[in-house]
Amino acid sequence: MEVKNRTISLIVKNRPDVLARIAGTFSGRGFNIENISANVTMDPSVTKITIVTTGDSATVLKIEKQLRKLVDIITVNFIPPETSVQREMILIRIKIPDNSSRSELLKLAAQNHCRVIGEGEATVTLECTGASEEIDRALSFFKVYTIEDMSRSGIVAL
Amino acid sequence: MKMRGAKILLKVLEEEGVDTIFGYPGGAVLDIYDELYRTPGIRHIRTHHEQGAAHAADGYARASGKVGVCLVTSGPGATNTVTGIATAYMDSVPMVILTGQVPTKFIGTDAFQESDITGITRPCTKHNTLVRRIEDLAPTVREAFAIARSGRPGPVLIDLPKDVMQAETEYMAPEKPGSFHDAPAAPVDEEALQQAFRLLRESKRPIIIVGGGIVMGKASEELKSLVETISIPVASTLMGLGAFPGTHPLWLGMLGMHGTYYANMAVSNCDLLMTLGARFSDRVTGKIASFAPHAKSIQIDIDAASINKVVDIDVPVVGDCKTFLSRLIELCREAALTVRPEDRTEWLNDIAQWRKKTPLNYTKNGRIKPQEVIETLQRLTDGKAIICTEVGQNQMWTAQFYRFTEPQTFLTSGGLGTMGYGFPAAIGAQVACPDKTVVDIAGDGSIQMNIQELATAVGNNLPVKIIILNNGCLGMVHQWQEIFYGKRYSHTEIGDSSPDFVKLAEAYGAVGLRASRPEEIEPVLRKALETPRTVIAEFIIDPSESVFPMVSPGGALTDMRLENIIAHD
Ligand SMILES: Cc1cc2nc3c(=O)[nH]c(=O)nc-3n(C[C@H](O)[C@H](O)[C@H](O)COP(=O)(O)OP(=O)(O)OC[C@H]3O[C@@H](n4cnc5c(N)ncnc54)[C@H](O)[C@@H]3O)c2cc1C
Ligand SMILES: Cc1ncc(C[n+]2csc(CCOP(=O)(O)OP(=O)(O)O)c2C)c(N)n1
Repeated sequence: MEVKNRTISLIVKNRPDVLARIAGTFSGRGFNIENISANVTMDPSVTKITIVTTGDSATVLKIEKQLRKLVDIITVNFIPPETSVQREMILIRIKIPDNSSRSELLKLAAQNHCRVIGEGEATVTLECTGASEEIDRALSFFKVYTIEDMSRSGIVAL
Repeated sequence: MKMRGAKILLKVLEEEGVDTIFGYPGGAVLDIYDELYRTPGIRHIRTHHEQGAAHAADGYARASGKVGVCLVTSGPGATNTVTGIATAYMDSVPMVILTGQVPTKFIGTDAFQESDITGITRPCTKHNTLVRRIEDLAPTVREAFAIARSGRPGPVLIDLPKDVMQAETEYMAPEKPGSFHDAPAAPVDEEALQQAFRLLRESKRPIIIVGGGIVMGKASEELKSLVETISIPVASTLMGLGAFPGTHPLWLGMLGMHGTYYANMAVSNCDLLMTLGARFSDRVTGKIASFAPHAKSIQIDIDAASINKVVDIDVPVVGDCKTFLSRLIELCREAALTVRPEDRTEWLNDIAQWRKKTPLNYTKNGRIKPQEVIETLQRLTDGKAIICTEVGQNQMWTAQFYRFTEPQTFLTSGGLGTMGYGFPAAIGAQVACPDKTVVDIAGDGSIQMNIQELATAVGNNLPVKIIILNNGCLGMVHQWQEIFYGKRYSHTEIGDSSPDFVKLAEAYGAVGLRASRPEEIEPVLRKALETPRTVIAEFIIDPSESVFPMVSPGGALTDMRLENIIAHD
């Protein structure tokens, strides 16, 4: 069976140890977490957690069944890529040696739908939101520069 | 009415039908113990180690079918229960563990006797909660009981900070008493049921495997009724023993690593495998690729996660086995389907041949054979005692040679394999069933793991019988060293370093008996069973006796070592 990335969306009770329980279920049973994000929802008593995991379809079913057993988990849903929107965000601070590279970089940023959110003496900070592949592509362009620091979020999905 | 936390706690326990707690006091639970002092409706048995309290609550739960309750202090009191909790978790035993905790304002400061017990037990509880606010106390405790006994049962831990026990709040009666756990069993999928029925009807060589789920689901009657309607042979996992009478002609005994030859052969040659409340442990399946290779499979389990976890199933059914079996019996009735043994001669003959060729037996040689001790015990108790075991050879011989006739009478640590489980569990079982004969079958290694509980048994006048099968070694590990490690018996010999168990019993105020020759087996067992006190009966057994059949770990079920079994051609 094909091993690939799969996105799981959980609605969980907003309790202090719920994240530890979910993480423990993955680590204790040998499943992977590729990335994870936890967000508030319209209802303050519940949290939405989006997890990207890897595995074949049988493994992913096992993960789903184990997660459903956790008392604080209200719903478990797989988000099929075809019928959903999935987005990630990166913040990236890039070093620029001179002004000509600055304008080159700003052009690249615009082409990749990145927003400029900060400009320093020798750095430019960009924000980029998109599907994982778009972020990967943008990153591949920026690789020629020196990346001073970067922060990439987990996936949020609808 | 305003009440203190400790009082609310006990009030909710009473509402939940708790009449017995096993525990051990300490600073963080002083308020609860003070309240217990004034609560005559709840009996508290103080053990001599918190592990003993946890296993006793577990034994109480398994023997009675009720939720076992255990109460301990913070820090070391709580951590001492972890093995007991993990044991109950692996075997799906309903328990509520109440642990004391340092006052909320000290949590996280490495306060005296602070431990993050909810963190420690997260992977071995069905659920756990730290109660931070007194308002959450009653609902949390009620929820804990509901969770412990619903669906696939399991242990639930509640961590109780001292200040929450001392705080006061308005006590609120439950909105709907018992609503959660009395919820009717989920309906069984009709489509799957029909499919199962069709497979059963078409099958020529069917077999049923029962597991702990049949015992937990109290489905023994339905099982027997189905089996007799359509004459299907039954094998059991270790945890399912007792669910089907061990004296029945269609009974094959235990399957798996130390299963009977004929159960393992039947599973390996069947065309349909119907599994009821069992989870395909590696001790059961051996090599997965060779497990029931010719069979279509049906599995019913209340926990979806138990299905398709290790073995791929053709007809998976998520639900309660009692409901499933009742519906299946109805379908047989509607279709006027009965299969008598004479209608299945070919399959039943094959099984009879395997049984005849390689029965469960052993070779006598003038020394006490453990199997003979257990067979004699079986005869003297008519298969109706509550039997607990420790872990190792003593456990496997018991599983093979005691023919259980009733559910909830075999208490053993199957999943975790916890040495030291049996004796405290026997104490719990004897408290739950004061009129029953309760026996712990032990090895000379295991019994010393919770021997301190002799004081609990004697102090509470509990007439538990401990049978020590003394082979002078950590037998089961010794057996593996003999077979797989070139007889290098690294650190498994006990030899003379055991105490004199007769004197030990006497020192605790119990009765000590010993048998060293085969002819002493029956008189010593009789004496033990007739004595209305705590008894240790030590049997000096042949140290060379091993457990067979034996399937090597990861080997195919048909690949059994039979060594000391006398086969007939
Ligand atoms: C030294 C040693 C040797 C062992 N050798 C063997 C051996 O040879 N053979 C053997 O069988 N075992 C052996 N065991 C035990 C083994 O490790 C497992 O504990 C055992 O096989 C599990 O039994 P089970 O599948 O019945 O599962 P249990 O752990 O009893 O699980 C019960 C299953 O039933 C389900 N269930 C619960 N309630 C219901 C309900 N109402 N309706 C439907 N389903 C329900 C649960 O969800 C679960 O999946 C050995 C253990 C030790 C320590
Ligand atoms: C707490 C614990 N420690 C270690 C083991 C590993 N173990 C399994 S069986 C066994 C030997 C048990 O010896 P004994 O109680 O004398 O029983 P016997 O096998 O001789 O009947 C050991 C050490 C275990 N199951 N549990």
